[in-house]
Amino acid sequence: MCGNEALAEAAIIAGCRFYAGYPITPQNEIPAYMSKRMPEAGGVFIQSESELAAINMVFGSSLTGTRAMTSSSSPGISLKQEGISYLAACELPAIIVNIMRGGPGLGNIGPSQSDYFQAVKGGGHGDYHQIVIAPASVQEIADLTMLSFDLADKYRTPVMILGDGILGQMMEPVEFKAETKPEIKKDWILDGCKGRKPRIIKSLILSDGELEKFNLKLQKKYNQIKDIEQRCEVLYGDDSEITLVAYGTPSRICRSVVEKLRKKGKSIGMIRPITLWPFPERAFKELAKNVKSFLVVEMSCGQMIEDVKLAIDCARPVHFYGRTGGEIPGEDEIIKEIEHING
Amino acid sequence: MTEEIIFAGFGGQGIMFMGKAIAYAAMNEGKRVTWIPSYGAEVRGGTAYSMVIISDEAIASPLIKDPTICVAMNGPSLRKYEAKIKTNGLLVVNKSIIDIEPERKDIEILNIPVTELASEAGDHRIGNMVALGALLGKRKIIALESLINGLKDIVSSAYHNLLPVNEKAIRKGFEHGSR
Repeated sequence: MCGNEALAEAAIIAGCRFYAGYPITPQNEIPAYMSKRMPEAGGVFIQSESELAAINMVFGSSLTGTRAMTSSSSPGISLKQEGISYLAACELPAIIVNIMRGGPGLGNIGPSQSDYFQAVKGGGHGDYHQIVIAPASVQEIADLTMLSFDLADKYRTPVMILGDGILGQMMEPVEFKAETKPEIKKDWILDGCKGRKPRIIKSLILSDGELEKFNLKLQKKYNQIKDIEQRCEVLYGDDSEITLVAYGTPSRICRSVVEKLRKKGKSIGMIRPITLWPFPERAFKELAKNVKSFLVVEMSCGQMIEDVKLAIDCARPVHFYGRTGGEIPGEDEIIKEIEHING
Repeated sequence: MTEEIIFAGFGGQGIMFMGKAIAYAAMNEGKRVTWIPSYGAEVRGGTAYSMVIISDEAIASPLIKDPTICVAMNGPSLRKYEAKIKTNGLLVVNKSIIDIEPERKDIEILNIPVTELASEAGDHRIGNMVALGALLGKRKIIALESLINGLKDIVSSAYHNLLPVNEKAIRKGFEHGSR
């Protein structure tokens, strides 16, 4: 199964019963798969007239307590930002999938990670965050998609699954775990108020001081998420002079580099953030005690590197190697960069 | 054991499918596999490739720069990948349409008249199956039967009537590659 198909199947297993999206490469296998499987599962599939329509249909579906998802690739995700801000403001769970391609503008259809800032720093307007999940294999796409639905419900927040063109298109073996977790009881949904007090879900808060109060309540939730949900994988954390930092496809390439150089006796490790927001700051702080320097590898001109520097308070040198515009960093290029840093 | 294989040729030659077929069969043998397509704007007649890694160990990077095996189904593919193949690697050449001679002396070259053999099997369009069979004849990466038995799972049941002719093509290629 390719990554996109695994993502769609995992969503169905996780109980997703509403999907709306507008086609764009390289994520088209998601709506294609959903168009077949969603009706079989008794859910609703809609190929919407636009990305805007899709995200707002997800908004409406989530209001009713249905597990809902939309997917797109970079240019389409830009169009959804307004809707994501409203989801965050109304504290509605939803899954937004971004299988990133080269930008800015229409760019190209090659794999990319240049939407990192947009994903973790907001994208839409207002003091909000979304949880951002970064899988690195087809198996992890399946597992983390199911986790994303649980996190979205648990915290009543939009969750973005951030992949890239390679992850979406690549095929690897995958096993689906049966969904066992009971769905969280939703006592806030709009399902008709006959026999109970009406509920109101809105994002317009005009009375004096009330919006600040609301925003501080949101921040409290975000701090709780930061506390509990940081996730990452560390390779050779205890004894490496240089530590590579990468997520998604570049983390696969970096893993090869680490294995190759370790065989040659080099002191090298890797940290792979799995949650990009919340950023795994604690693990970075811990690593910075022993590691001499970091090399961040991205398919962008340098975005995640800022969070690495913030996480370790610039306590160690943080270097960068990136390729952009749909190009992929090669193992030999990364090794050359490491040699250059080591002098 | 780790094999890094690039299948390359014109869009429409079944380049994606060759990769899928061998990757699926290897998975069924319990091996670790990855498959990456060229997913650009390739249409029939354009260039296409698929990358397959088959290994006994976990696969870190799924991307291939220097393959251990390249199956070149057309001339431009041979030109593009010949220089990149690892020493002692294997280059399978679709002799039916490639008239340029490979230059490398430190790799193994396997010339296969895929279209002719496919025609003998009953359908000139399934040269990709001949090439796959030939590859397995030369390098025993997986069992021939794994490849043949796996086809029915990855081909739509609407085309299962074509499975016998595909099997024949694979066996013809295998025979040729084993020589």
